[in-house]
Amino acid sequence: MNDNNARRVVSVIVVNEASVLSRITDLFSGRGYNITSLTVAPIPESKYSRLTIVTSGSVRVIEQITKQLHKLIPVLRVYEHEDMVEKEMALIKFPISENLSDINTICEAYNGKIVNVGENVVIAMVSDEPKRIDNFLCAVKRYNPKEIVRSGAVALER
Amino acid sequence: MQISGAQMVIEALIAEGVDTVFGYPGGAIMNVYDAIYKQDKFRHILTRHEQAAVHAAEGYAKVSAKVGVAMITSGPGFTNAVTGLADAYMDSIPLVVISGQVPMSLIGTDAFQEIDAVGISRSCTKHNYLVTDAADLPRILKEAFYIARSGRPGPVHVDIPKDVTAQIAEYNYDIKLDLETYKPHTKGNPRQIKKAIQAIANSKRPVFYLGGGIINSNAADEVRELVHKTGIPAVETFMARGTLVHDDALLIGMLGMHGSYAANMAMSETDMVIALGARFDDRVTGKLSEFAKNATVIHVDIDPASISKLVNANFPIVGDIKNVVNDMLAQSSVIDAQNYEQWRETIINFNELHPLTYYEDSERLKPQWVIERVGELLGDDANISTDVGQHQMWTAQFYPFSRPRQFISSGGLGTMGFGFPAAIGVKAAAPEKTSINFTGDGSILMNCQELMTAVEKKLPVINIILNNNFLGMVRQWQTLFYDKRHSETDLSVQPNFVKLAEAFGGIGYRVTTKEEFDAALQDAIKKDVVAFIEVKVERFENVMPMVPSGGSLFNMMLLEKKESK
Repeated sequence: MNDNNARRVVSVIVVNEASVLSRITDLFSGRGYNITSLTVAPIPESKYSRLTIVTSGSVRVIEQITKQLHKLIPVLRVYEHEDMVEKEMALIKFPISENLSDINTICEAYNGKIVNVGENVVIAMVSDEPKRIDNFLCAVKRYNPKEIVRSGAVALER
Repeated sequence: MQISGAQMVIEALIAEGVDTVFGYPGGAIMNVYDAIYKQDKFRHILTRHEQAAVHAAEGYAKVSAKVGVAMITSGPGFTNAVTGLADAYMDSIPLVVISGQVPMSLIGTDAFQEIDAVGISRSCTKHNYLVTDAADLPRILKEAFYIARSGRPGPVHVDIPKDVTAQIAEYNYDIKLDLETYKPHTKGNPRQIKKAIQAIANSKRPVFYLGGGIINSNAADEVRELVHKTGIPAVETFMARGTLVHDDALLIGMLGMHGSYAANMAMSETDMVIALGARFDDRVTGKLSEFAKNATVIHVDIDPASISKLVNANFPIVGDIKNVVNDMLAQSSVIDAQNYEQWRETIINFNELHPLTYYEDSERLKPQWVIERVGELLGDDANISTDVGQHQMWTAQFYPFSRPRQFISSGGLGTMGFGFPAAIGVKAAAPEKTSINFTGDGSILMNCQELMTAVEKKLPVINIILNNNFLGMVRQWQTLFYDKRHSETDLSVQPNFVKLAEAFGGIGYRVTTKEEFDAALQDAIKKDVVAFIEVKVERFENVMPMVPSGGSLFNMMLLEKKESK
């Protein structure tokens, strides 16, 4: 974990109020930190939201990010994940003329399947670790995906 | 109680014990100004520029140890105030700045004098609010004051649309704040403190590195006691001036880019840095990898993000300086002041080798002499503000400060134009003391319109303009590092400063000799009206010692030695 530009996952619990997301993203941009992906949703039955931020940097940079996030008034808690379950989702649009059973089989290996069938296209969904989503996208290249959308990661510490 | 949003602002300010508000009215804040007109519980000081209103509130806050309040309108009123917000943010000054905003229905339509104020202030305030319902105002204002003064202090900006100040809602200020996500850590970890004290006891060449956090925490008395009890020499940052009395035998001096030789050498040779409320700013440390290279670091700060940000702390202690120093005092008997006898002697030798001094070797007055002279004449009886540049560094070096909150200057942001309005705020907060602003011929023009404020409100600030007809600090860098190419720093073309002051109803002096200076200062104090004392000083004087930017603290450019002072 000591290499200088290692990938890091940070979860932030914030008060669900106006402009709170800008406070977080401004902090990253203003200090020259990079956000690789960002996922936000309200935590059920609470006034808080949970953000999952994938970023990169040295141990020192991450420590600063964590402290600076903490310093923001609406931030309740910051988790710098070390031992986590991390998942990401992707939706992929394929032409209906491709080999759908092959596509479905591959999707199954990545916790997914074809979830929608239209006149000309099908949409497949997979959810897995970000690294495995990379592999999946590589594997299905040959089926000429027309559009890909990734969700950004969500993570829970074990 | 059902009242308007504007009245709520007034009621909240009164409930917070605010006695002075600095500001400038305009369209979007008019409802509040109407309510100001109808009240007599606090005074409003009309500055002549919104930036000056915020700087005046900063000066007021620094001297009074209270939250400073400034009020401005939307759009340009707000953008003019941004420099003040940024300045207060960098120097951890507690402010509540209230701005008007266009009505809610017009927000986002590019309305007249509309700007996304909270979007702009987000990065230069501790926190900010856009109020969308008057019913939220009591809570928001109460939070604003609390956040501004607690923890690491800072400016809080409250943006209120015009229709919200007109809206009638229930007002109740007697509410308990519930800030679940904001709980400043004020008590240091006792085990960590104990370990730190033991480490100090085991060290051979310890140094206290005193920072501005001590002043914010009102902990100068406790720090003085700790320094004296342990016999450990101390350096002060620019922001900490006045923590120790200037002639304290244990005060080595100011450290940093223009710190004294002894202070910078002590910092380079120490084996134990005890940082109290300091943040290892680049102007203090010079080259980071060489800063206190062989030292163990104890870092006490209320802001966890300041600890190990730049220099790794072996003993991080998060807490309010006053609490932590008190805890340290309680255990300090394990530290034996005798152990540092040799170290103290080494430091005395450093000071004797290269004392902080200057030479009177020119026809024109030396700026350092002027500052020392004011110190001799007024000493403790004056509060000292400065603008930014050479005069600022000379003031920090040569003025004999004797108490915290005596020195008011823009440290972190380095805002030219800060000094005069700040000195007005200082005078408003402490009328019994003489309010001196040391300034330069560059800086003073950046807020000279405040002559009007000082005349109107009878706030007799004495501005001592150390005039070298240069943008002196930039000129110094050009001389030293740009092969004397003095690009756009020659200020030979100048206003008549005497007439300028007089045009506003102030008083002006131009002096070229020591006798004239003494007479002018005494006359200005007697006349009790805002004054410009323009002192023609040596043009090419440099601030020395100097650690070139990015250089190691121990590699200082030093004053060339000459025979007489």
